[in-house]
Parts: sequence; structure tokens; C-alpha cells
Amino acid sequence: MTTREEAAQAIKKLERAAAWKRTMRRVVIFVVFIILLAVAYTGYKAFGQAVDDAQTQWPVIGRVLPRTDDLTMPPIRDIVAEFGQPPQRNNSKPLAAFIAEASLFTLREATLGFVFGVALGLGIAIIMLRSRWLERGMSPYLVASQTVPLVAIAPIIVIWGSNNLGWLPFEWTSWMSVSLIATYLTFFPVAMNGTKGLQSADPASIELMRSYAASRRQTLVRLQLPASVPYLFAAFKIAATAAIVGAIVGEISGGVKGGLGRLILDFASRYTTGPSRLYATVIGAAVLGIFAVGAVTTAEYIVLSKRKEEPLSL
Amino acid sequence: MTETVSCAVSISGLSKVFNAGKPNEVRALEDIDLAIDEGTFVSLIGPSGCGKSTLLRLIGALTHPTAGEVCVNDKSADQARLDRDYGMAFQTSGLFKWRSVTENIELPLQLMGWSKQERKDRAAEMLDLVKLSEFADHYPREMSGGMRQRVAIARALSFRPSLLLMDEPFGALDEMTREHMQTEVLDIWKKTEKTIVFVTHSIPEAVFLSERVIVMSPRPGRIAADIPVDLGERVFETREAPEFFECITEVREALRFEGNAG
Ligand SMILES: Nc1ncnc2c1ncn2[C@@H]1O[C@H](COP(=O)(O)OP(=O)(O)O)[C@@H](O)[C@H]1O
Ligand SMILES: [Mg+2]
Repeated sequence: MTTREEAAQAIKKLERAAAWKRTMRRVVIFVVFIILLAVAYTGYKAFGQAVDDAQTQWPVIGRVLPRTDDLTMPPIRDIVAEFGQPPQRNNSKPLAAFIAEASLFTLREATLGFVFGVALGLGIAIIMLRSRWLERGMSPYLVASQTVPLVAIAPIIVIWGSNNLGWLPFEWTSWMSVSLIATYLTFFPVAMNGTKGLQSADPASIELMRSYAASRRQTLVRLQLPASVPYLFAAFKIAATAAIVGAIVGEISGGVKGGLGRLILDFASRYTTGPSRLYATVIGAAVLGIFAVGAVTTAEYIVLSKRKEEPLSL
Repeated sequence: MTETVSCAVSISGLSKVFNAGKPNEVRALEDIDLAIDEGTFVSLIGPSGCGKSTLLRLIGALTHPTAGEVCVNDKSADQARLDRDYGMAFQTSGLFKWRSVTENIELPLQLMGWSKQERKDRAAEMLDLVKLSEFADHYPREMSGGMRQRVAIARALSFRPSLLLMDEPFGALDEMTREHMQTEVLDIWKKTEKTIVFVTHSIPEAVFLSERVIVMSPRPGRIAADIPVDLGERVFETREAPEFFECITEVREALRFEGNAG
């Protein structure tokens, strides 16, 4: 082996070690953050209870700040224990299993919505790249589309889906409508960042493609799309959370059973008999969101490190 | 070479005006006549802004003339571009950072529909030509400026275009790397027998490389002098030869004359 190859390998090893260290540091920071959050929660609760016990009638807690009784803020150990408790009287299945099943259901909706949203967003970005005129014409409508309240359009989409999509070769089920709702939130960041990314191709590179007599399609596929990849991943991270939020909100406002949205709705309506159930489910939803962003970030790391690029910071 | 020398580039009455009729109108080139024989190494030199890049871009059909004609290999420049008669290299290498060195060299071949194996073979051959075979799988950001320029030249030559257009390709390199690259490019020129049009603002570079130095005057860009350079085979000592300095002086005089007149 030549010394140069040896040096290259040594550098690669160092780079890998550095990447590992970065990942570990992130994990540690995340864990510390969670612990601090739990400490703050518990600390505030203890403080509030102490104030209550002293019967000072101190007016801030319970008026400005949240009350600290067990109904408003169930103790953390109750929330944790709740995961193992069955939420239904005639069923021994623990809450964790319910949350896991519902998470999978919601994840399926969100994933489908994400895929559609990415395709739609990219399509829009490519159209907007083709014509400045269309870009100027479409942008305001795209922005406006995101200001329409989701809770208003969700039921419309669900009803429209079950009434009008009977002609499809497969059976249209309501969870697919929820996917469409997720799509509605997902396409926007992809379209916006995608346009920016496609336009980020160096003008000199565009000329180079012209000098090769490359077609517009070739220029798109070989130059503009690869150049947009870092921008797209930045958008995918936003889109991933948006897809999950969209799915949950879509389930709630569209009245679709089986996912986290319905579970949250159920436990919210029975809040007084078991507040920690709702807390546990919300934590489950947060974990799902973190999982989604984590998956996108991992894909980003793999793709960009192959190209020796840094992720675009948001 | 015994065959009859035909014109690789033939330019007549060429003018280029940017933003015609507007307050920011620029008369970049005016009334250019120029014929370049096949296989010649020609340099365009002149002060910054005199229209060297514009002239090169007109030859390469990246922009179109306001008046006059550009013929390349007995075709219109546009047709020559569509026939892939040009290889181009600019001041910035313009390598795609998401492609390895080999993949960058393969880019034009891929666009032209070559098979994977053909591409691989040609890329290896080109890497050998620019002496970068060891770096086949490296990425542009892992390489020095000089190495990147060599990859860009390999990319430009990969599909064997008949004409190589270079716009200050060594402008961003340090003096030592620059001289080294000049020797390399001459070496490549000898091996490939291409017609090369080379834009530079360095007098010694123009003289060392070319058989012919076209001196341009600024605003509007015109051809001020057309200086033949006959230094024979370029070797290390060429740069120290009295004839070399005579040529440099001649080019400098031509440029100075323009400086005073303009
Ligand atoms: N696309 C363009 N639009 C307007 N003016 C231009 C454009 N390209 C070049 N010019 C002008 O034409 C003149 C010649 O430019 P250029 O060919 O780049 O000069 P050089 O390469 O010799 O430095 C300059 O004054 C420049 O500002
Ligand atoms: Mg220039």
C-alpha cells in the first residue's frame, strides 16, 4: 500500500470517528434536555404544591401559571406507569400497545402523505423553475394555501374522498383521505425549498450543459436536481413533522378511527378519569415525530456524506 | 501534418452590443475578423473588460452576435455546438461537487449516451492524460485548485471535441502551479492536436503557450494586433530565452499602444 492510500484511510477513519462523536454528542444533549424538562416539570409542581400547602392564596399559580394539582399536572411517575396500564376495563392490553398500534396507523398515513407531498412539491418546483412567470403567478397561491385552517378542510377532504373516489381500482378508505390532508401540509416546504434548490445550480454549470448540447431534461436530471438535494433534505425535515401533525389533526377533525389522533381525542374526552393517559399518548406522538425527523436526518447524512457535503443549516 | 489546413474558426464582421438602446448599453465587440487554422494554439489577450470572454462565448455559441458571423468547422456556431464540436474550460473548474473525479469526466459522455464501459475506459484514459489516475474516486473538494482544473480539462477533452475553448483556466492558480499547468496543456495539445483558443491576461502565458497571440483593445473590443510566435518546441529554458522576451515585449508594446490610444 502506498503512503498516500494509507493517509487517505487514516483520514477516513478520523472522519468516521468525528461523525460518531457528533452523533453521540447529539444523543447526550437530547437525553440531558429530556431530564432537565422532567426536573423542571417536577420542580414546578413541587413548588406549586408547597405554595398551596402554605395557603398563602398567592394568586399567580392557577391564574397566570398552570395549576399544579395531580389532575392538571399528573406526576411523572404516574405518566410513566400509565404506559403499562390497560386503558380499557374489559381488555388487558396495556396503553403502550395501543399507542404503538395507533402510531403505526398514523405513520402509514403520514408516510403516504409525505411521499405524495414530496412528489407534488417537486413537480410544482420544476414547473416554477421552467417559467419565472408561473413562479410569480403561483407563489402567492401556494402561500395562501397554507393559511387555510386545516381543521376546516380536513372534514371536506374526508367526505369528498369517501363520496367521490369510488371509481378507483382499489377501495378508498378514510385513512387515505388523512394522507391527502398530510400531503396538503407536506408539499409546501418541498415546493418552496425545491424551487430555491433547483435555482441554486451555478450559471456556469448551466452554460457547461449548454456547451454539451444537453437537453432541458438532462440539465434538470444531471445538474439542477442533484444541486437541489441539500435544499430538499432541509425541506424533508420540516415536511416529515408536518406530515405527522397533518395526519393527527386530519384524524381528529375528519373523525377517522385507528390512529393517534383518535386516541388523543378519546383520552381528552375522558381526561378527568385519567389525565396521565393523555400525557402518555402525547409523548407517544412526540416520539413518532422524533422518529420521522430522525429517519430523514439519517438519510440526509448518508446521501450528503457520500457527496462530502454538510447538511444545509435551517 | 501534410493535409490541407482548413479553417477551424472563421469570424467576419462580428459585433456584440449588450443591452442595445438602453442607458446601460455596452459595445463589447466591434467589427472583428479572425480566422483560426485547424490545430493552432491561439491566445486572446487584452485588458479586463475588453470582450475576450464575450468573443470566446460567441465562438462557443453560448451567446449570439449582434452583427456578423461565426463559422466553426464550416458550420454555424450553433450547429457546431449541437454537433458537440466544443470542449470548454473556465476559470472556475465548474466540477459537480456531488460527482467523483471519474463521474465528472464521464458527464459529457453520459449526456451523449455512451455505455457504462465505454465511459469508464475513456475516463481512465483521460485521467492518465492529465496524470490524475490515482485520484479517480476522489471528490472535487478533496483536491487542489490545479488538480481540479486538470479534471476540468480532462472533462472538456473526454468526448474528443475538435475545438477546445479555455477562458483564463489558470487565472486562479499560483505562479508555480500555473507554469506546471502550462506545460501540461502544451503536452496535451501536442498529443491531441486540437485547435485551442485560450483566453488569458498574462503576457508570458500567452507567449509561452501559443503560436499566435491576438491582442485586443478595450471598449469597444477590437483586434489591435495579431502576433505570430515562433519559439519552436517549448522547454524549461524557453522561458529564459531572448526570443521569448522579445515576443513578450512585442505583445506588451501592442497592449501599451492600445492603452495610450484608449
Ligand atoms: N451578459 C452581459 N450583459 C451585459 N454586459 C456584459 C455581459 N457580458 C459582458 N458584458 C460586458 O461586456 C464587456 C466585455 O466583457 P468580457 O467579455 O467579460 O470581458 P473580458 O473577458 O475581456 O474581461 C464588459 O464591459 C462587460 O461588462
Ligand atoms: Mg473574461
